Amino acid sequence: MARAAVLGRLTWLVAEVVDVVPETDGVKTIVFDVPGWPGHRAGQHVDVRLTAEDGYQAQRSYSIASAPDASRIELTVERLDDGEVSPYLTEELREGDQIELRGPVGGYFVWEPSQGGPLLLVAGGSGVVPLMAMLRARETAGSDAETRLLLSSRGWDDVIYRGELERLDGDGLTVVHTLTRTQPQSWTGYARRVDAEMLAEVGPDPTERPFVYVCGPTPFVEAVAEALVRLGHAPQNVKTERFGPTGG
Amino acid sequence: MPSPSDRPPLVSRGFRGRRDNSPSDRVPPGQYVTEDFPVLSAGPTPHTPLEQWDFSIVGEVDELRSWTWEEFRALPSEDVTVDIHCVTKWSKLDTVWQGVSVDTLLDGVETAAEYVVQFCDGGYTTNVPLEDVTGGKAWVAFAYGGEPLEPEHGGPARMLVPHLYFWKSAKWVRGLRLESTDEPGFWEVNGYHNYGDPWREQRYWGD
Repeated sequence: MARAAVLGRLTWLVAEVVDVVPETDGVKTIVFDVPGWPGHRAGQHVDVRLTAEDGYQAQRSYSIASAPDASRIELTVERLDDGEVSPYLTEELREGDQIELRGPVGGYFVWEPSQGGPLLLVAGGSGVVPLMAMLRARETAGSDAETRLLLSSRGWDDVIYRGELERLDGDGLTVVHTLTRTQPQSWTGYARRVDAEMLAEVGPDPTERPFVYVCGPTPFVEAVAEALVRLGHAPQNVKTERFGPTGG
Repeated sequence: MPSPSDRPPLVSRGFRGRRDNSPSDRVPPGQYVTEDFPVLSAGPTPHTPLEQWDFSIVGEVDELRSWTWEEFRALPSEDVTVDIHCVTKWSKLDTVWQGVSVDTLLDGVETAAEYVVQFCDGGYTTNVPLEDVTGGKAWVAFAYGGEPLEPEHGGPARMLVPHLYFWKSAKWVRGLRLESTDEPGFWEVNGYHNYGDPWREQRYWGD
């Protein structure tokens, strides 16, 4: 994006809820229509602002889950029980409600189809959200960039976007799951935390110089990024996004 | 300020908020207080061995200065208790650090520079006006909470410039480059504000 395109102030825009879609236990996708939305790149995030009757406000940042699509954006939010904003977004918001957003924010953890591949995406839990925006942008653009997604979830029912990932698998995209806590009886896939051996098996090889994007909780990102560097991936090709338990 | 003046903030139906008991004069607009210490960085954590570590003052200076880890740790240090504010919305109050004041590192340096670029292992940079890191406002910190600074929080040493958003406090810092022109750093060219005053909510370009 040209710097001039976003040099103007990012103003608070009114976002109207047009749909709320349950993903997994505690995770929902909220679809907004945001008149005036300037567009975004896959991987960017948005600031959300909530205002109470008496003027009290709370702000948080969320990754955008959807590919660029006019004035429509989707946020996939995990409810944090001790959070201030995520319980409101996931439990209270319904169709027709309005909140405020501003963005898009962040110009580094982004991928555009024109950048090509190969692409290695590694996610822990809801860390898949900005990576899903990349997969959706890839799909929308008809990109055949060789892409692998390694997604670590606690169990099969905790896999966010499971059905859509099954549909997208193929055409140069390989989706690999690891289930760290519980596995279905017939499970033959990975059943442990992501480690160097798993990353080497999933590939691509560091000599192919893939663009690597890692997103998840801090310990996950630390471990994965460190393993990738140890395997020989260039640190500058490994982009990370981390969230802690206090994202609220 | 990010709120446009022609429209009051939109009230969110049914939102009450948690409201902690933090003193409002210590929490900048749009921030919330956390007890944790979230980690944010754009790439893998570098691990430079201490015997290969040095800290240098370069750029528009009369002579280059450099300290090995041992020399750096032999410099007078200060205990600092400050509030820190991350642009991703969290603030953490009363954080306790130990570090060398930038005044100590620049003591006796002659320069006409007005800006400083913090440079780091891993390639990160961030820019600040020189006057924002002098006069007791900034440190090169090597301990947090009485313990050596952990790598994921920027160890062995990171900048501490607490009056600006925390991306202006570079992790894994290896030196300061003094410049006569302002050279935007890593996040500053990626959409974030060039100065980053949390009290004026200078998060992004145009704020």
